Amino acid sequence: METFALLIYIGLLACCFLCLYRIGRGPSAPDRTVAIDILGTVIVGFCAVLGLVTGKDFYLNVALAWALLSFIGTIALAKFLEGRSFDD
Amino acid sequence: MIDIIGYILMVIGVLFDIFGCIGLVRFPDVYNRLQAATKCVTLGTVALLVGVALTSGWSPMSAKAVICAVFILITSPTAAHAIAKGAYAGGVELWEKSVVDKYAEEVEK
Repeated sequence: METFALLIYIGLLACCFLCLYRIGRGPSAPDRTVAIDILGTVIVGFCAVLGLVTGKDFYLNVALAWALLSFIGTIALAKFLEGRSFDD
Repeated sequence: MIDIIGYILMVIGVLFDIFGCIGLVRFPDVYNRLQAATKCVTLGTVALLVGVALTSGWSPMSAKAVICAVFILITSPTAAHAIAKGAYAGGVELWEKSVVDKYAEEVEK
């Protein structure tokens, strides 16, 4: 179980670093927004595995809250990319 | 038995996540990256969460994992659609070897 969990952690960390590469590299704002959205989704999975391995279920609460905040943030950024104000 | 199915689902999920993130790094423009990364990572994370739910048995953890999986399944494509629309309206060009742009005809009408 420990080795299995370690392999899953390494795989998800590799995903996080690939997303961070794309966030840093750009080249345009939508690229970064996509990478932030994907990073949020990967971290939700990471929190779930962490909760399973440690046996503490508050990690799943963290995952739910992270999914909600990531979705709202992505929608706000997409609205910003469209070049309109937030009122209309 | 159900534990083994859960572990297999978790491995499949992590593999899909890695492939999606490789697509995010390797593909040439925003729209390609968006479709590769969003589809693969949505499936991968949902498989991971369902694997966690199956492995942890009847517990609050498994209920929360299922709720989280349904939420990701609904919101992730919505966010991708919003980003694609925003990027197009914001004037991001397609890759120069793209062959078709149906949305441009739709916008001109």
